[in-house]
Amino acid sequence: MSAVVGPELAERVRAAGAYDAEACMNCGVCTAVCPLGIDLLPRRVFRYVELGLEDRVLAETETIYSCLLCRLCQESCPAGVHIAENVRTLRHHLNRTLYGL
Amino acid sequence: MPLPTKDVIGILGDNLRLRGSVLPLSKRDATRWTKGLDLPRGGETVLYTGQMFQLVPSVEGLVKAEERIGGSPLARLTGLGRRINRLVNVSALMARPSAQEREEFDRVPRTVAQLLRDAGVEFGCLYEDDLYSGALAHDLGLDELVAEHARRVHEIFRKHDVRRVITIDPHTTNMLRTVYPTLLQGYDVEVRSYLEVLAEAGGTAVAAPDGEVVLHDSCVFARYEGIVDEPRTLLARAGVTVLEPADAGRLTWCCGGPAESLYPEKALATARRRVEQLRPVSHTCVTMCPICLVNLRKAADGTIEFRDLSQVLAEARNREPAPG
Repeated sequence: MSAVVGPELAERVRAAGAYDAEACMNCGVCTAVCPLGIDLLPRRVFRYVELGLEDRVLAETETIYSCLLCRLCQESCPAGVHIAENVRTLRHHLNRTLYGL
Repeated sequence: MPLPTKDVIGILGDNLRLRGSVLPLSKRDATRWTKGLDLPRGGETVLYTGQMFQLVPSVEGLVKAEERIGGSPLARLTGLGRRINRLVNVSALMARPSAQEREEFDRVPRTVAQLLRDAGVEFGCLYEDDLYSGALAHDLGLDELVAEHARRVHEIFRKHDVRRVITIDPHTTNMLRTVYPTLLQGYDVEVRSYLEVLAEAGGTAVAAPDGEVVLHDSCVFARYEGIVDEPRTLLARAGVTVLEPADAGRLTWCCGGPAESLYPEKALATARRRVEQLRPVSHTCVTMCPICLVNLRKAADGTIEFRDLSQVLAEARNREPAPG
C-alpha cells in the first residue's frame, strides 16, 4: 500500500477536542489489557491519524465506537497517553465529518 | 447485522436535545423514588440522581428491542425510526419495564436518602428538575449537545440556589464533577458521591457480622473519580467481609455496559468474562453502578446474586451493633 503522509487529519482531529496520541510509543500494553480484546485501538488507529490515513480510520468506525472507555489501558500506559479521551475525540470528529451529527 | 451507528447515535442525540435525556422518562417515573420522603425542594445541598437508577429498567427494555431489531430486516429502517422519533418518543414506546423492575431501581435513591438522613446530612432534591447528566451522549462524542445540556442543568442549579450536590451513581458523579467544569463558565458546584459523604460522616460502630460478598468496582468510580476505599470502608463498618476478585480496585475489569447501546453482543461477552472472575469468589456480588448491575446480572444468568451497595448498607442498619 502506498500513501501520502500528511498532518492535516491529525490537525483536524485535534481541533475536535483534547488529543495527545502523538505521545504513543506503540508498545502494545493497551492491546494486551483491553477487556474487549481490541487489537486495533488505540495504538494503530492513533498511528493512522498521525500519518493522515483517513480511509483507514473511517474503515474502523465499529472499533472506535466499541471501545468501553474503561481506561484500563490508560491506567497501564507507560507514556501517560489519555487514551479514552482520545477515543472520545475521534468519535466527536467522526460524528461531525462522517455522520453529519 | 448491527444497528447503524449513525442512526442510533442520532436518535439518542435527538432525544437529549428535544427531551432532555437520551431515553426520556415521564416525570412520574423519574420522581417516584421521592414518594413519602418529604424532601425539601432545592436548597444548598441536594441529592441528585441524574435519573440513572430510574432509567436503567427502560434502557434494558430498549436493548432487548435493539437485539431483536439488530438481527432482522428492521435494522434497515432505523433511519426512518430516527425521523419518526423527532416527532414521537419512539424509544420510550419500545422500552416498557415491569413495575417490579422499576421498584428495584427506585429503591436505590430512596435508600440512599434514608442513609444520608441517618448520618445527619441535611439535603433536599430537585424532583422533576433532577435531569439526566448527558453521560452516554458524552461517551458517544456528541460534545455540542452535551455542552448545551450542561448549561441547562447549571441553570437549574442556579434557579434552586444549589451549592453542593450529592450523587449516587458513578456516571453522574463524573459528569457533574469532572466534565461539567470543562464545559461551563462559573460552575462552582461541589459534587461528591454519597459513598464519600457517608464514609466521611464516620461512625465507629460496626454492625454485627453478616457474611461475605465479592465487590465489583465501577471503572468510572475507580479510574475516573478515584473512589476505591470508600465502598470498602462502608462495607466493613456494616459488618460485611469484602472479598476481592481478580482485577479489583483501580484495575477493575469493565462490566461491558458502555458498549451496550451500539453493540449489545460485545457488552454481553465482556460481562461474561467478568462474571467468570466473580463467581468463584462469592455467591453475592455488590455493585455501585446500575449499568454494572444489570449487565453482570444478565451475563450471570442467575448463578450469582447482584445487589447494589446501598441495599447492603441499609440492611446493616437494622442489625444490632457488634459487641465491644
